[in-house]
Amino acid sequence: MLTLQGLSKRYRAGGAPVLDGLNLELCRGEFLAVMGESGSGKSTLLNLIAGLERPDSGRVLFEDIELGALDDDALTRLRRARVGFIFQAFHVLPYLTVLQNVALPLDLLGVPRAQRQPRAQQWLERCGIGALAHSYPRELSGGELQRIAIARALVHEPALLLADEPTGNLDAATAGQILRVLREQLRASAASAILITHSPAAARAADRIARLQAGRLTPEN
Amino acid sequence: MIDLRAVRVAWTVLTLAQLREQPMRVLTTVLAIALGVALGVAVYLINTAALTQFDQATRRLIGQADIVIRGPATGFDESLFASLARDASIAVASPVLELHVALVPASLPALPVLGLDAFRASALQPELMAAIGADITALFAPDAIVLSRAAADSLGLRRSDRLSINVGGALKSLRVVDVLPDSAYAEPLGIMDIAGAQWTLERLGRINRIDLQLRPGSEARLVRERLARSLSAGVFAITPQIERARASTATRAYRVNLDMLALVALLTGAFLVFSTQWLSVLRRRVALGLLRSLGVTRAQLRLALLAEACASGALGSALGVLLGALIAELMLHYLGADLGNRQLAAIGASLALHPWPMLGFALIGIGAAGAGGALPAWQAARRAPALALKAGDAEQDLSRLVTTGPGLALTACGALLAWLPPIGGLPLPGYLSIAALLFGAVLLLPALTLRLIALIPRTGHVVPDTAFAQLQGSLSSSTVSLASMIVSFSLMVAMAIMVHSFRDSFELWLDKLLPADVQLRPALGSDTGGLSVAAQGRIAALTGVAKVEFRRTEPILLRSDRAAVTLIARDISPVRAADTLPLLREAVQPTGALPQAWISEAVQDLYGYLPGQQLELPLAGRLQRFFIAGVWRDYVHAGGSIVIRRQDYVAATGDRSASEAAIWRAPHTGTAAIDTAIRAALGADDSIELISSPQLRERSLLAFDQAFLITYALEAVAVLIGLFGVSVAASSSALARRAQFGMLRHLGMLRRQVLWMFASEGLALSALAVLYGLLLGALLSLILVYVIDRQSFNWSIDLAVPWLQLASLSLALIAASAITALWSGRAAMSQDSIRAVREDW
Repeated sequence: MLTLQGLSKRYRAGGAPVLDGLNLELCRGEFLAVMGESGSGKSTLLNLIAGLERPDSGRVLFEDIELGALDDDALTRLRRARVGFIFQAFHVLPYLTVLQNVALPLDLLGVPRAQRQPRAQQWLERCGIGALAHSYPRELSGGELQRIAIARALVHEPALLLADEPTGNLDAATAGQILRVLREQLRASAASAILITHSPAAARAADRIARLQAGRLTPEN
Repeated sequence: MIDLRAVRVAWTVLTLAQLREQPMRVLTTVLAIALGVALGVAVYLINTAALTQFDQATRRLIGQADIVIRGPATGFDESLFASLARDASIAVASPVLELHVALVPASLPALPVLGLDAFRASALQPELMAAIGADITALFAPDAIVLSRAAADSLGLRRSDRLSINVGGALKSLRVVDVLPDSAYAEPLGIMDIAGAQWTLERLGRINRIDLQLRPGSEARLVRERLARSLSAGVFAITPQIERARASTATRAYRVNLDMLALVALLTGAFLVFSTQWLSVLRRRVALGLLRSLGVTRAQLRLALLAEACASGALGSALGVLLGALIAELMLHYLGADLGNRQLAAIGASLALHPWPMLGFALIGIGAAGAGGALPAWQAARRAPALALKAGDAEQDLSRLVTTGPGLALTACGALLAWLPPIGGLPLPGYLSIAALLFGAVLLLPALTLRLIALIPRTGHVVPDTAFAQLQGSLSSSTVSLASMIVSFSLMVAMAIMVHSFRDSFELWLDKLLPADVQLRPALGSDTGGLSVAAQGRIAALTGVAKVEFRRTEPILLRSDRAAVTLIARDISPVRAADTLPLLREAVQPTGALPQAWISEAVQDLYGYLPGQQLELPLAGRLQRFFIAGVWRDYVHAGGSIVIRRQDYVAATGDRSASEAAIWRAPHTGTAAIDTAIRAALGADDSIELISSPQLRERSLLAFDQAFLITYALEAVAVLIGLFGVSVAASSSALARRAQFGMLRHLGMLRRQVLWMFASEGLALSALAVLYGLLLGALLSLILVYVIDRQSFNWSIDLAVPWLQLASLSLALIAASAITALWSGRAAMSQDSIRAVREDW
């Protein structure tokens, strides 16, 4: 489903590469956790997979499409339809209701209004926050905000979910709940996922764990 | 092909963010555009109403004439009419005596009177003649006059009343035989039978206009060219189109300048949109990054942001058109149509709204908003979404924008444009020069400010040093936020310097032109009021009169397509002309024994004459050659003026009458005493106007100030919009930094310290803006004074700086900015600081 071949990326000419010939194979429905120290290139890896940044060398094959061959618009359209995002800082739009936030990807995809709202509501229910549909994010806790982000990331049934430190801003108990919800919903949707984290506890929610070190991924036992 | 669905979603999300988070900012932008459009619409509608009114009036007067033969006010022999009436190409020839008749009292403005052949005029001016309700034969009495409703109302006269007039110093009386209905002619006018007019106004055998209607098949151009060859000097065959366009042509430069001033407010509004959009793009960078992550393409995002700016523009424009129409209606109703220029004082001008011009103004408003929002939209779309989702990239993002190169290029363009000549009589390169310099200066702001801020020493105190560090760190966004204020303030400074320079030059000019103690004027601008030789002798012989100078003024046509030039015959010594006239250039040496003439700058510019050249003037039907001895500054006669020696005028025309006099009192003679003595000597109580030079000076300066009232009003609106910009900048900066304030409060900074820090920044920024505004305004004032004013009005002014006014304005603006910053800071600080820190996403 996702293949990374010899990915390299450096930000400063002459500086050390952030990613250095990185390879990865991710199967359909597989949940991978990537761990690493701060500055090890975890977010860069995620950006390269999402097509938000371009590698210096190497290939990213997503559903047999080589991302390097796509222009920015094509990458954006692919991301819109096939990728979901969860951020550490939630990035839930404060001036939209919870329901509107979750329905946003469907709106972008042109799903008719009559179908958008029930689908968004359904995902809110699945994430355990159905009662908050008409609330505004300002009124909610961090855990609730991240549940919204999960619902928003999966509402359009993407093939790949990219989660960048989704529990980084949460306490341990809330983080545990969020990971449980994430795990359940991933199973329900059959999406593949890459979870970026430096928390071993969070990583344990995944099927497989890899460590990003010196620009390459190594399996973690 | 751009997918508009995603554009709509992005636009909805972004606009919702703006409306929910900062509705006042959106409202401010809309209002700024609305004000700019409203001023443009109001000025356009008022000017159009006046011109339409003039056009209708001229159409009534010219009627169905194909050609108008026009001569000087002194007229030409009526035998020309007889010969034209026999011309095979001409179907109808109608003789006209068209004069501005001096009224009594002399303080009344001269009344335009047409002496017509009623039967011939019925063929050429049927609407005007049909409106005369009385028996047409009643008009044949030598003292009969029909008045237009406007004339009757302004003079307080009705049918059968009598009207006192001054003809060559003699008091005469006319009988009002009828008053035209409102619809016949809206301006003041009197109509007499031509024979009665010639008799009563003492122009026997003279006419000054003949209206011609050609036979079918005759080509007007060919007939006009043929007739032109046989006409005497100073008499022209003119097309009705040129006659109708006179008011429009004479006031064009003034109207264009007003339009440009109105557009200044819109330009300031566009800069406000630019600042607002730029700051809001920074503020919403995370939302923008999120939209990009969720699948909105760069082009879609750009389009959504542009649509957002244009939506503000559309809303503002719609509001502006309505507001402009309302302002125009109120001004036309209560203040008239002149907008400070008496040439545009059309009585009865009414508002006429046509959809296309209004749509044009709306599009200009939308275009201005779109132009203001284009760069922020382009920059926001260019930004990498991964970067946008991280906090703290805002300033880096702005600093990457290359502004110095384009800024220098635009400044150089502006400087070059200032040297170009006018296009079609309008200073278009000058306007473009100002626009290029404004945009160039705004683009150079970040680089210049960076260097300036680096020069400010640190104090070692936490509050001011933190403020300056913040300024240095957020320099680009801070300077962008001040763009609208700098633009409006610099334009205000430029206008203030220009108006002050003009007033200063005007005062000096008045001092030079009014050396005598008293001015005697039978009626301003009249063709009939005057002083006979005998009257001149009686004045000169008065014991209280130390010296008297009699002048003769006369409008003459030098070209058929230009306004009349005012010929001024006065006592002037060729070797000491500079003592009498404000001379700018003198010829090196007169050639031969030709009489000398001194032309105004307008004559030099409009007709291309230069000192040292020869000039032919049509005097008494013959061309008289003069040597151009110099160029003088004339702020009164916009169509141009030529001064010659009175003795040369008398030699050429034999006319010794005078139009006005300047009188010097003998020592120990009071103004009142000389007033009484002159009136007694002339046997006239109120048929002459005697006014002391200080009074006339004061009256002239009052008229000057009134003429610039509208300019000040338009400028004030631009500054108001600039202040909107300051408040928007301050409030958005305070909002954007709520988290920072919260953090500083967490670290132990007192609430008042945070506020003082924020106010210090506002103070420093507004001081910078004022400094830029002063420097840029001074530069722009040079273009206004030496290029735009010179090319628009064909007169020069000397630069003078109103230091006190500029200092007061600067201080007021800095104070207003500091107060705004303090208020915005307090509003931002009123929220929970802990929550503010948490919301920093």
